[in-house]
Amino acid sequence: MNDSQSLPKGRIAQHISDLPKSGIRDFFELVLSMDDVMSLGVGEPDFATPWGIRETAISALEKGHTSYTSNLGLLSLREEICKYVEVEFGEEYNPEKECIITVGVSEALDLALRALINPGDEIIYHEPCYVSYGPVIKMAHGVPVPVITEESENFQLHPEKVRAAITDKTKAIVLNFPNNPTGANLTLEQKKELAAIAIEYNLIVLTDEIYAELTYDERSISIAALPGMRDRTLLLHGFSKAYAMTGFRVGFACGPADLVDAMMKIHQYTMLCAPINGQEAAIEALRNGRKDMELMKAEYYRRRNYIVNRFNQIGLKCRMPEGAFYAYPNIEASGLTSEEFAHKLLREEKVAVVPATAFCTNGHKHIRCSYATSMDTIQKALDGVERFMERRKAKN
Amino acid sequence: MTKESKELILSTIQKNARINLSDLAIQLNLPEAEVEAFITKCEKDKTIQGYYTLIKPEALEGRSVRALISVSVQPENETGFDHIARKLSKFTEVTDVQLMSGNYDLLLTVVGASLHEVADFIATKLAPMNGISHHSTHFMLKKYKEAGFQLEDKDDYERLSVTP
Repeated sequence: MNDSQSLPKGRIAQHISDLPKSGIRDFFELVLSMDDVMSLGVGEPDFATPWGIRETAISALEKGHTSYTSNLGLLSLREEICKYVEVEFGEEYNPEKECIITVGVSEALDLALRALINPGDEIIYHEPCYVSYGPVIKMAHGVPVPVITEESENFQLHPEKVRAAITDKTKAIVLNFPNNPTGANLTLEQKKELAAIAIEYNLIVLTDEIYAELTYDERSISIAALPGMRDRTLLLHGFSKAYAMTGFRVGFACGPADLVDAMMKIHQYTMLCAPINGQEAAIEALRNGRKDMELMKAEYYRRRNYIVNRFNQIGLKCRMPEGAFYAYPNIEASGLTSEEFAHKLLREEKVAVVPATAFCTNGHKHIRCSYATSMDTIQKALDGVERFMERRKAKN
Repeated sequence: MTKESKELILSTIQKNARINLSDLAIQLNLPEAEVEAFITKCEKDKTIQGYYTLIKPEALEGRSVRALISVSVQPENETGFDHIARKLSKFTEVTDVQLMSGNYDLLLTVVGASLHEVADFIATKLAPMNGISHHSTHFMLKKYKEAGFQLEDKDDYERLSVTP
């Protein structure tokens, strides 16, 4: 007898089995199964963590720092974070009560949503966005309410669209600017308008600032630091992108004590604490990592300019992203949908890009191209895209 | 052109002098003509002192042996260390001459085809020179990093080729 026939039906929780399978998974598997792919599909820095940070982590292991930490995380790290957030984001937090260290910003978002949502509460977020937002809201028994950002509006979140999405069940708004996958950012004026809406409707704001340091033009203060926002905003951040520390898995949340305490309740019974080695590495990143971070950012800046200009030269319209490390070209000129484009480009030129359907339901016109890869790979990959488009034009 | 743009041009070509002008202009989001004009100006006023290619020492037969030589000298009236430093820098065997703080005055890099050739230079040219009071030679055994480039093969650790 087949074992699976004896398994009880409905053993997977309904809200989990209801989660749609990521359509992009098959494409990712295809890319991973191929050799010699030139990939613009990677959502993490190509730099290894700066050596000074790695060396600190190695040294901590040699000294035997391998224990649990406080549930909230090392106090010395929380103190460094609160100093950093005050300078970089414009808001003061108490390291003892208003800051929690998490396993990446992903855990911080999960904790925040689980701490806030009563079943049926609506959470507004913007699409296109990082793949986890909708599913994490559902896993917390909330109702995801996506607001679509448009290319014609530079993929910025139009405050009036947010207002239109609010109902009496709306509990919170999730923001992620600079944005994965579009690279778009918000102006200070837009942040102020969104803050006014949050205050008017008594909403919580979760602001995922993971790409904040990778802003290439002038950077404005966080929405958390605007008048009236401190007590209704959770600032979520981490070390993965700016300090190239993805594998260390260290994030954090700063916010009002009652929200941080509620997050801590979940964290202490599930994760217990973030790994100590990553926390010690993060302290070094904040104390001495800025120069390395600025060097990486300068390299991303050069690559951003190159990749965006090349896409436009090739005839694929691409706006200049203000932040993060993604270009988001419109591929309508190819006559293909984004998934067709990605599959054909992979087969014909061995160049991997991510169709925007991974990030929103209507992502048929765009692809996401990461420039967190070497300039040499970017140049060769763009040469492949150029040949591909020349063949498409010759056909049409 | 802003100070930041100028520094970006210089730091980019310091890492890759062979980058073509149009790629450089695109990467920095600057007009090609402006970039070209700035580089020409820097070449003229010697802000850019030259272009150098990093090559494995063993790939060039005549220059595979290198020595760092610390030299103590008697400074001269009026010219100080400059006169002797300039004299030393005229030898083709000498690739670098630097005035240093500390226990000695000048640090030279000397290259040759063999240990014998470098030793011969020291014995016949350097040691007898007037004004040199002491020198100490350190033959280079292996170089791990030069001008910001790691010279050994990189680890072949690879990231996943696609992630969200």
